[in-house]
Amino acid sequence: MSDWQPGASIHNLRRRAQMMSLVRNFFANQSVMEVDVPVLSRSGVTDLNIDGICATLAGAPAYLQTSPEYFMKRLLASGIGDIYCLGKAFRDSEIGHKHNPEFTLLEWYRCGWDEHQLMSELGDLVSQLMNKPGVSDLRVTKVSYADCFQDKFGLNPHQASLSDLQGLAAKAGSSSWAGETRANCLDLIFSLKVEPQLPEGLVFIYDYPECQAALAAITTAEQGYKVSRRFEGFLDGLEIANGYFELCDPIEQRRRFDQDNIARQAAGKPLWDIDTKLLDAMRSGLPACAGVALGLDRLLMSDLEVKSIDQVMPFSWLRC
Amino acid sequence: MANYSTNEFRSGLKVILDNDPCSILENEFVKPGKGQAFNRVKLRNLKTGRVLDKTFKSGESLEGADVMDMDMQYLYSDGDFWCFMEPDTFEQHQATESAVSDALIWLSEQDICVVTLYNGIPLSVTPPNHVELEIVETDPGLRGDTAQGGSKPARLATGAVVKVPLFLDQGDVVKVDTRTGEYQGRVK
Repeated sequence: MSDWQPGASIHNLRRRAQMMSLVRNFFANQSVMEVDVPVLSRSGVTDLNIDGICATLAGAPAYLQTSPEYFMKRLLASGIGDIYCLGKAFRDSEIGHKHNPEFTLLEWYRCGWDEHQLMSELGDLVSQLMNKPGVSDLRVTKVSYADCFQDKFGLNPHQASLSDLQGLAAKAGSSSWAGETRANCLDLIFSLKVEPQLPEGLVFIYDYPECQAALAAITTAEQGYKVSRRFEGFLDGLEIANGYFELCDPIEQRRRFDQDNIARQAAGKPLWDIDTKLLDAMRSGLPACAGVALGLDRLLMSDLEVKSIDQVMPFSWLRC
Repeated sequence: MANYSTNEFRSGLKVILDNDPCSILENEFVKPGKGQAFNRVKLRNLKTGRVLDKTFKSGESLEGADVMDMDMQYLYSDGDFWCFMEPDTFEQHQATESAVSDALIWLSEQDICVVTLYNGIPLSVTPPNHVELEIVETDPGLRGDTAQGGSKPARLATGAVVKVPLFLDQGDVVKVDTRTGEYQGRVK
């Protein structure tokens, strides 16, 4: 292997080009408009577990976007209607077989839809993109986050005590997890114990715990506890998509931003300025909508049946 | 020793975990889209040889272990210790029985072995990949039976028992792969 050469074969790069063109055809047929929003912004993202990369522009910080979400929501609040963006996103320190700090994200929003309608469209899109001759239809399964845990551990993840979750996490990981937060314990248990046993095909997990809402609206489940209207898509066990029935309330949004920065401070991470333009847009009125982001590189990994993200990109960070 | 963070974990790096020296075999970066990043790490405990699976939060660190592999010549044993010598400096090291236990059945005086030192003290000994040893005990050889398969156990001068072809006899010298314990050929 020479460092100057691409990580992906020419065959894989051709498939990549084909997939991007199929994505554009799909949305053109659905009358969803493409937008190419900026990747450089004056504001970063406050999410505790997503670290942006900060550049310098005329001496001032300029943030490479970790997703096109804030810009797209500002367009939605301006009344643009259904939109998609196929572009680059950046996340610091994410390097591994399934991660590259610069990656290609497909994100789209449907006005007036809920998250279940969006899951069904995502299923259609993935079926069309992965449609190989001679391969039978993609199997699509939907299961709630609570049922995943109930089946495996006999406990409800929304109602279980923190100490029960810490006990499970310590058993799955190592003793150092016994003092972790609820969200971290749930993520560890899910990644180590649930994810590897997901059925083949496309699996949607929905109704995530309230503490992992991110930018999703929160609702009360039939059983009385709160869940977030967030879902994730896994393709043959690989996480490929994350979506929400979007939070539209600017006051709640502001509260979450502030909470994020408190958590960042506690974790010794830099604090980012809150994106006030997004809050202004939400005050002016974000239409009820559902949105989802799909990792195109991950989809290609699954489609081409390769183990490393380096094999589906022209040049991963190792070669840049 | 320096501390190593999870993003510096590489295959072959030696670290201390629960007071024991370990060698890192694999390190996988895992990160749920919205969650805390962590690393799934496979390590070999160099004292016990056991392979462990551990999950660390990304950014956690472990203390490096002062572990070094060195070629040394096996000199002799007094029954309690096994003595090895660095060929360049003639410096001698005493290895305990637990350090040599896995190598013992292959070890002849003068052999060049790999001695793994932890804080300067022999932790384990790896015999040469191939050794040539005399058969000291086996069933009588079946002359002429060289083409057929079939094998019989033979005890070698160092105590190892290996399967050898039927035509070999006591006093013959054989070449053995110490990693698999398999007979490689007869030495004329």
